[in-house]
Amino acid sequence: MSAVDRSAGAGATYEAVIGLEVHAELLTASKIFCGCPAIFGGAPNQHTCPVCLGMPGVLPVLNRRVVEFAIRAGLAAHCTIAPYSRWARKNYFYPDLAKGYQISQYELPICAGGWLDVPVDGTTKRVRLTRIHMEEDTGKNIHDAHGSESLVDFNRCGVPLLEIVSEPDLSSPAEAGAYLRALRTLVRYLGICDGNMEEGSFRCDANVSVRPRGTIALGVKAEVKNMNSFRSVEKAIAYEIARQARVLEEGGRVVQETRLWDADREETRSMRSKESAHDYRYFPDPDLPPLLVSHELVAEVGRSMPELPDARRTRFVASLNLPEYDAEVLTSRRDLADYFEAVVAAHPNAKAASNWVMGDVLRLVKERKLDDALVITEWPVAAAHLGELIALIDEGAISGKIAKTVFEEMVATGEAPRAIVAARGLTQVSDEGAIAAAIDGVLAAHPDKVADFRAGKDKLLGFFVGQVMKATAGKANPTLVNRLLVEKLR
Amino acid sequence: MSVEADLDAWTIAEAGRRLRARELSATELTRAALERIGARNAALNAFITVASDDALRAAAAADARLAAGTAAGPLDGIPVAVKDVIATACVRTTAASRILADFVPPYDATVTARLKAAGAIIVGKTNCDEFAMGSSNENSAYGSARNPWDLTRVPGGSSGGSAVAVAAGMALGSLGTDTGGSIRLPASYCGVVGMKPTYGAAAKYLRRRQQLGVHLEADHRLVGGAGAGTPIHGAHDAAPTRGGRRVCHSVAVSYARAVRAAVDTLGGLGARAGSASLPHTEYAVATYYVIATAEASSNLARYDGVRYGSRLAGDSLLDMYCRTRAAGFGPEVKRRIMLGTYALSAGYYDAYYLKAQKVRTLIRRDFARVFEQADVIVTPTAPTTAFRLGEKLADPLQMYLSDIFTISVNLAGLPGIVVPCGVDDAGLPIGLQIVGPPFGEEVVLRTARAYEAATEWHTRRPPRVGAAS
Repeated sequence: MSAVDRSAGAGATYEAVIGLEVHAELLTASKIFCGCPAIFGGAPNQHTCPVCLGMPGVLPVLNRRVVEFAIRAGLAAHCTIAPYSRWARKNYFYPDLAKGYQISQYELPICAGGWLDVPVDGTTKRVRLTRIHMEEDTGKNIHDAHGSESLVDFNRCGVPLLEIVSEPDLSSPAEAGAYLRALRTLVRYLGICDGNMEEGSFRCDANVSVRPRGTIALGVKAEVKNMNSFRSVEKAIAYEIARQARVLEEGGRVVQETRLWDADREETRSMRSKESAHDYRYFPDPDLPPLLVSHELVAEVGRSMPELPDARRTRFVASLNLPEYDAEVLTSRRDLADYFEAVVAAHPNAKAASNWVMGDVLRLVKERKLDDALVITEWPVAAAHLGELIALIDEGAISGKIAKTVFEEMVATGEAPRAIVAARGLTQVSDEGAIAAAIDGVLAAHPDKVADFRAGKDKLLGFFVGQVMKATAGKANPTLVNRLLVEKLR
Repeated sequence: MSVEADLDAWTIAEAGRRLRARELSATELTRAALERIGARNAALNAFITVASDDALRAAAAADARLAAGTAAGPLDGIPVAVKDVIATACVRTTAASRILADFVPPYDATVTARLKAAGAIIVGKTNCDEFAMGSSNENSAYGSARNPWDLTRVPGGSSGGSAVAVAAGMALGSLGTDTGGSIRLPASYCGVVGMKPTYGAAAKYLRRRQQLGVHLEADHRLVGGAGAGTPIHGAHDAAPTRGGRRVCHSVAVSYARAVRAAVDTLGGLGARAGSASLPHTEYAVATYYVIATAEASSNLARYDGVRYGSRLAGDSLLDMYCRTRAAGFGPEVKRRIMLGTYALSAGYYDAYYLKAQKVRTLIRRDFARVFEQADVIVTPTAPTTAFRLGEKLADPLQMYLSDIFTISVNLAGLPGIVVPCGVDDAGLPIGLQIVGPPFGEEVVLRTARAYEAATEWHTRRPPRVGAAS
């Protein structure tokens, strides 16, 4: 390891400058320029038509929903929504590109500027965006399936994408990862992308350069591609920073190029240099008129926007008195935050609800991989039932310990907690006489321990509490047990 | 049912009346057209593909509707031809290119679907320049169509076969495309009527950025109505044409004489003629060939041998691309791909494509200014009548200049029609071009009809070639 520390991404001599380009596949029902379904999977070439196959003479017709989704992203990221933007053709030959060009946006994108506030190490970093634009996805080449031949699946060809380009405001792999997570949370909140990096519906390329610490001029950058998880994005950037720093330290020069991340060997490798870079011959697509976005449309989309994670986090802290950490976790997913709020709506004890949701509920969600779904609809227990359970505790009807049992029962049967408590006779015993009798029995059975306690072994209180609870099958009110025990032992 | 089809004399309206009067059947009419094609196509090469079976099946269906009194409209049972750059489901569509020699589209172009829905009988796919790139029809991979007035001359391009088919009575109407004059130029060379609507008015599901239009014999209202994708806008006032404007350019003496006479004829019908200035016209051909080649270089990228069309095996992906495209495209297409690729290259875009788009705006403004004072503009269609086969092949610039009068109309996106207005000393047809403002199809058609009503040029027919039929 040289002058640059991998984990921090910066060191004494050099600092890193990082910008990310993210491609987010949009969750529209149909493709961007034809009526084919824009869904993942299916038999190869099942979801194709003359338009997305680039047959002779076909013409694109824009999917309005794509524009609405782009505006949603733009509003959420504080971008300027362009009233006039244009479609452009990016020309290059490749078998998975049906028309020999990709319809994208170039000089006049739909969204410009904007920013994302990203939580980094307990503070918030503002990462500026350059632009957000719309484009169509390509198909997929499948190699090695048929000996020397390659096959092409065009199901993905024409699926709408947003390309979200950040300014080079990031300075470490950790910051890049935090930005990427914040962006994914945002697009999921907006319901426009499922954010699945493994399936490729949320893809990231990184532009990385290093420069001597304290200088202003940017170094020569490399574009790193082919990362398919958050971890690999961070690792690839760290590797690239270290590599470039080493090149400079050894008196060499960094070459502008595109590099591929090899996840198996954990290194980046040169794919093509600037000299061999494509000339994409961008020009306005003559098949599509300029895109005019009215104030009315922007306002309409604005009205349909959900509360965004930033605002929700702030509200959870300010109005519900939750700790920052709880607010952060609960707002990491829109469905999770919705679920939490439904629990609080059923019974207004936010901190207790937060503990249950972040603890038992999320544990089961993860065990059952329910969070693989874009929107969790099948929760381990209904939000109203969880609220009812917390209410039972707050009313003193059951103890926290019994509540755990009831919770497991709720998960297993789907029944409401009150019904479970009634049916199984789990109602807490708050009758002082009954509890006192149980205590007397326990003290009589353990005279030696009573003596030890009285000789100063305070810690034995817990033992007596446990014995009393055992004797009452866990139903005794723990507050009463404690008070009465202390009185009797004194 | 014993009237013999007279393909030389009948207009679409006339044939339609007789079909609905049950004087003859759609099958008989279609068979007559197919026989005419069979007799003359060897000499004229107007059709790349003849769709006899499909046509006769469609004709039988039309006859059933006619018999039941449920005819779809004025085009029901009428034999028409379709330019081979327009997709026809299950009928080979080559774009006159080797690269699509065996391409059978699984879909209809929107215009094809509309023609079928209107009951028209598609008898075949007409010859043209490869991917509609040319002014003479000589750039076809299937050999040039011939001018029925003189078989040693070109029919004009790119929609040459469509004009020939109508001129020689092989169909009563035809569809062409017109991106720089490709309907109007062949119409003038072959002595038929050719109309190009306002850009965007005809529904499109066709190759490249092409403008659809029709070739027909003195019957514009009918096919114009079926071909246009949207209702024709801007119903002008009912008063007769107020005034026509004239543009002068360097044209052959006999051509200029005929056009001047046509202007006088229109004057006699109540039009007030003046002269108009379109100062940027001289840049139109250069502008067009920058924009059209740039777009073509991108549009034609899809012919890569991967999904359809011909493919030549190669040692690598690049090698496959190169061999396929080298063998599949003809010289003019390759020339345009190279020109267009150059014009779009990094560092040249502003100087060429962007500049050309700006000039196009100036040309559009020229026309808009004239249309503030005029209802229509009349011009010659071309500098000369039909030239000889091979005459301009070695000189692409001369060939491109054939479009000098038509091309600016495309750049401005305007509707235009060509009607026969005379013959030169060799007896070759001369065409009068009438141009209207955007969506001014009606005033253009009205002017053309008034002119035809006062003259007989549109009734002239070329000599018969091949076996009599």
